[in-house]
Amino acid sequence: MAPPADGRVRLETQRLTALYGRRAAVKDVSILFPTHTVTAVIGPSGCGKSTFLRCLNRMHELAEGGWVTGKVLLDGEDIYDRDVDPIQLRRRVGMVFQRPTPFPTMTIYDNVAAGLRVNGRRPRAQLDAAVETALRRAALWDEVKDRLRHSALALSGGQQQRLCVARALAPEPEVLLLDEPTASLDPTGTQRIEELCHELKARYTIVIVTHNLQQAARISDYTAFFYLGDLIELGRTEQLFTKPSKEQTEAYITGRFG
Amino acid sequence: MNARRLRRRLVNGTMTALVGALSFVAVLALVLILGHLVAKGASSLDWNFFTKNPVPTGETGGGVAHAIVGSGIIVGLAALIGLPIGIGTGLYLAEYGSGRLGWVVRFVADVLNGTPSIVVGIFVWTWLVRPMGHFSAFAGSVALAILMVPMIARTTEELVRLVPHSLREAALALGYPRWRTSLRIVARTALAGILTGCLVAVARIAGETAPLLFTALGNVNFNTHIGEPMEALSLQIFQYATGPFDEWHRLAWASALVLMGLVLVLAILARWVLRSRHGAAR
Ligand SMILES: Nc1ncnc2c1ncn2[C@@H]1O[C@H](COP(=O)(O)OP(=O)(O)O)[C@@H](O)[C@H]1O
Ligand SMILES: [Mg+2]
Repeated sequence: MAPPADGRVRLETQRLTALYGRRAAVKDVSILFPTHTVTAVIGPSGCGKSTFLRCLNRMHELAEGGWVTGKVLLDGEDIYDRDVDPIQLRRRVGMVFQRPTPFPTMTIYDNVAAGLRVNGRRPRAQLDAAVETALRRAALWDEVKDRLRHSALALSGGQQQRLCVARALAPEPEVLLLDEPTASLDPTGTQRIEELCHELKARYTIVIVTHNLQQAARISDYTAFFYLGDLIELGRTEQLFTKPSKEQTEAYITGRFG
Repeated sequence: MNARRLRRRLVNGTMTALVGALSFVAVLALVLILGHLVAKGASSLDWNFFTKNPVPTGETGGGVAHAIVGSGIIVGLAALIGLPIGIGTGLYLAEYGSGRLGWVVRFVADVLNGTPSIVVGIFVWTWLVRPMGHFSAFAGSVALAILMVPMIARTTEELVRLVPHSLREAALALGYPRWRTSLRIVARTALAGILTGCLVAVARIAGETAPLLFTALGNVNFNTHIGEPMEALSLQIFQYATGPFDEWHRLAWASALVLMGLVLVLAILARWVLRSRHGAAR
């Protein structure tokens, strides 16, 4: 099930199954995520996209009854290995959620710095530089550079979401997970995030869940189609959208269900 | 059709009037209490009242400085003991209290919340005053703290639960350990509400009398030593109001007014904390 890997593989799942109690929400999924690519995960609501994504930074195990079988390799190392600390891991795999989640008690600056501060004290100048870099990469710097000390809640929804991207980028992760990051944004905000994906893949490996097929087609290199917890089809995005090899995929992308 | 509509409007009108009348009664009660206190007590509020200690019975003049300072010390110490325990318990219940231990703690807190305060006083007398061999302000503070803890724990729990789950997840996904998520993100977000709950709890216990009767006891002299009996405004009111002298009654009214004013200030402060935090942040 491997896409033609045109670079090194940053992340890989091997026969990954994710369960809530005894019920499997993701079944036996094997995918390669090559470095510096964007992979879109699509499928109807409830098919296990979010659950799958949360297995990649070990957030799934925090859910009630959540556990996994199989492997997730980050740079060849199984993140479910006994001596991998999930807290350290989550600093290498950043995540952005469906709704913007700025910390309401913190300023813009403190929001971006949060993931750095939690990892130990560092000199002021270094922190300033890291915050600026993260905000620039999230294409938010010019809009907020004069009000870094203001509450993050003063920002618009789209800006808040880019702030969350900046916050996720500040600790310099290798992989960025985006779970329907534009679902609550207006068209302008959506467009900014999509542009961002293009720019960010030069530095990061991106996995994005989306229920918007046009979005998947626009921004991703690879697309994985999930249905009822199974990975139905995985391929190069243009191929999957123009010449799907599975009937279910075709039915879904032509809007016959889901 | 028309009859039904008429009936609906009639019921609606009656209920609105009823609810309005009931709220009016509640407000009226507060206005009457305050008005009565002001009428009876305001004239006695002078410089002496706040700065002088009582004079021997029969003489006029003197004040209740010893009770005001005593209340401040007893309530302050109670808050010092009760707030951290109450907030910590509430945080524990909200964040980790889904298991059996959480159930037990919640149950104990609810029972304690409904326990008459005089029972708490007797309890502290048995376990603290008797072993120590004498009454003390400290024992009074412990009794008040015991009353505060369940109140604060339950409000804290409720408010922490209101913090959206997505914030918790965002912090965890950033590599926050769980305890740091609880303290730095969740508790901080709920802080305004928690502070409000604390102020309300302090206001509630500031006027408690029964639990102080067998603990702090009261003291006719000015005392700031927490190991010894100490006067409090509520004890003072109890003693003076039930005493035989007009001079005592006058001072009791004035003390009641001061106590009521204190509670009112705390309540307003609580409102203000909530408003200013939420106004700025939301
Ligand atoms: N916390 C949970 N506990 C139990 N079941 C869950 C939980 N979260 C999701 N599920 C179930 O797992 C399945 C996949 O959910 P999810 O990954 O959220 O789907 P998607 O993101 O594709 O909409 C659904 O059937 C959902 O009901
Ligand atoms: Mg989802």
